[in-house]
Amino acid sequence: MLVLVELDEHGVAPGSLEALAWAHPIARELGEPLHAAVFASGTIPPAAPGDPLVDLSLRAELARHEVSTVHTITHPELADYSPERWGESLAQLIAGLRPTAVVAAGTERGTETMAQAAARADLPLAVNCTELERSGAPGAEGPDGPDGRSWRLARIRQGGMLLEDAELTAPIAIVTLAPGAAESTAAPNAAAEPADVPEMQSDVPAVAVERFEPEFGDRFVASRLVGRTTRDGGVSLATARVVVSGGRGVGSADGFGPLEELAKLTGGAVGCSRVVTNNGWRPHSDQVGQTGTKVNPDLYIACGISGATQHWVGCMSSKAILAINTDPDAPMVKRATYAVIGDVADIVPAVVDEIHRRAQ
Amino acid sequence: MQVLVCVKRVPASGGTPQLTDDGVRVDTRNLAFTVGPHEECAVEEAISLVATHGGAVTVLSVGPAEAEEQLRYAISMGADRGVLVDSGADELDPQATASALTAAIRQLESEGGPFDLIMFGNESPDAGNYQVGIRVACALGRAIVGGVKGITIDDDAGTATLHRGVADGVEAYEVTLPAAVAVKEGLNLPRYPSMRGRLRARKAELAEFRARIGTPGTPDTEGGPGAGEPVELVVHRGGLRKLRLRRPAETQSETVLLGHGSEAAPAVVDILEELDVV
Repeated sequence: MLVLVELDEHGVAPGSLEALAWAHPIARELGEPLHAAVFASGTIPPAAPGDPLVDLSLRAELARHEVSTVHTITHPELADYSPERWGESLAQLIAGLRPTAVVAAGTERGTETMAQAAARADLPLAVNCTELERSGAPGAEGPDGPDGRSWRLARIRQGGMLLEDAELTAPIAIVTLAPGAAESTAAPNAAAEPADVPEMQSDVPAVAVERFEPEFGDRFVASRLVGRTTRDGGVSLATARVVVSGGRGVGSADGFGPLEELAKLTGGAVGCSRVVTNNGWRPHSDQVGQTGTKVNPDLYIACGISGATQHWVGCMSSKAILAINTDPDAPMVKRATYAVIGDVADIVPAVVDEIHRRAQ
Repeated sequence: MQVLVCVKRVPASGGTPQLTDDGVRVDTRNLAFTVGPHEECAVEEAISLVATHGGAVTVLSVGPAEAEEQLRYAISMGADRGVLVDSGADELDPQATASALTAAIRQLESEGGPFDLIMFGNESPDAGNYQVGIRVACALGRAIVGGVKGITIDDDAGTATLHRGVADGVEAYEVTLPAAVAVKEGLNLPRYPSMRGRLRARKAELAEFRARIGTPGTPDTEGGPGAGEPVELVVHRGGLRKLRLRRPAETQSETVLLGHGSEAAPAVVDILEELDVV
């Protein structure tokens, strides 16, 4: 079983930690070793860890999930991310390894790479899965039928409003894990001191490292990454602990002033509903929902948001939701953890004042 | 430039979807249908690209005969023509959908030359398989970038620059045309159809293909339809089969009412202090 592991500046990206934790028991159940694949030079931002071949913390992290072998995919053309080149590389690695299953996190890049790989390998792909197991049902199309092995899986549809039970029949199962569907197992020494490194060297984790170099023909068709701008400062909507989000009830672009202040005071980010971006009150990058960003903060403060399905699926993974709304029967109020009934324009400034008062 | 937009007929669900008694599909008896927001933006973008660079917009849909409604809506917005691949009432798996689209595109391109840009929505709002556009682009040997919220065409260079938002910023990709793109809502604000557009759409002739499930290894099109019969496209079923739908268990507790109006502010700040964020 193979897991595509994405890296970020801290090592294994959070989604990939979930994918490893999810795949580990499935591989154990099947009695198969767990392998990992990483793109050695395609890590972005550039400050990412060096060559994973020598990155001990990465090997330790993989060893913790009982990964027996890590395949580092390297090629001069892989210096930058390219959907086609990543997908083709993974397809070639899969063709050589013939794993039972390939798992990746359902991130934008993970999904894109797996879809490219599945298309190139002419294999089915099930995205945003929450459950996966070999189906033991005997019969003509049984576990090892002419079209491959059969699997039962559950995947999310409609942004999470529905679950789909499906059967996957393929020589190699290619699946992505729905974000948040599995808990990553916490690292015992998440922040290893640099002083620990020499000690670790004497005890190099038992993960075999194999280099894999894909081949691209001269006429390989690929999109080229030509520019990258990083948002300066500010808290990202996707990772903020507090999201202060506004809907129609905020009334205008200016009405977001107090929401911005509250976000600043709580170290949070400002979000909004679809109505707000359609009215041009906020940029689309602030939109929370099925077609915008999906958030999972500790607290989601929904100001004047009625809670239509398209919005709800974007914020339903929040640990707690505080709804501020004039309508006590609004769906958002009914589903929220906490509610305050009244006008956003009165309540949010009062909360800001109260924070200032207590700070004195 | 010739632009093709692929659209899917989906239920316009405002609330929690109701399921049929057998749990196999969403009960659509009381629902209207639409194209998803991503695809509506794709149609809008195609129309404005053609307005700037010349050419024509074709919209293509694989789905039930009723998907005609979505094609006509795109025409009422300003698309030039619509092509329907009638695949019957049941939703195809993503590989089959991609194979039907690919076969239809090959047929259309054999008649009218290549499409410079093939546009998709990033994912359908109902099935959300995130792969049909990529499969079609791979089958046709074209580059594709997903999650795109900005498109600039360079006519002289024959390239497109595609911008997409990522967690911490924006990435720009360059592709050589012909190419494909999967776009996201936020690319533009789709227009409302004009009255004249609606009239035009009502009268428009749609081209029609028929999808037939075939076995791998057979040609994508079966020649020689009878007079007036739609061309038959052979479609290959994939390995993912939907069994049933269910609603996720909601772990819902009672909402705690903190109070009314500004008097509730101290209770709100108590919660923020508990979270240790103020």
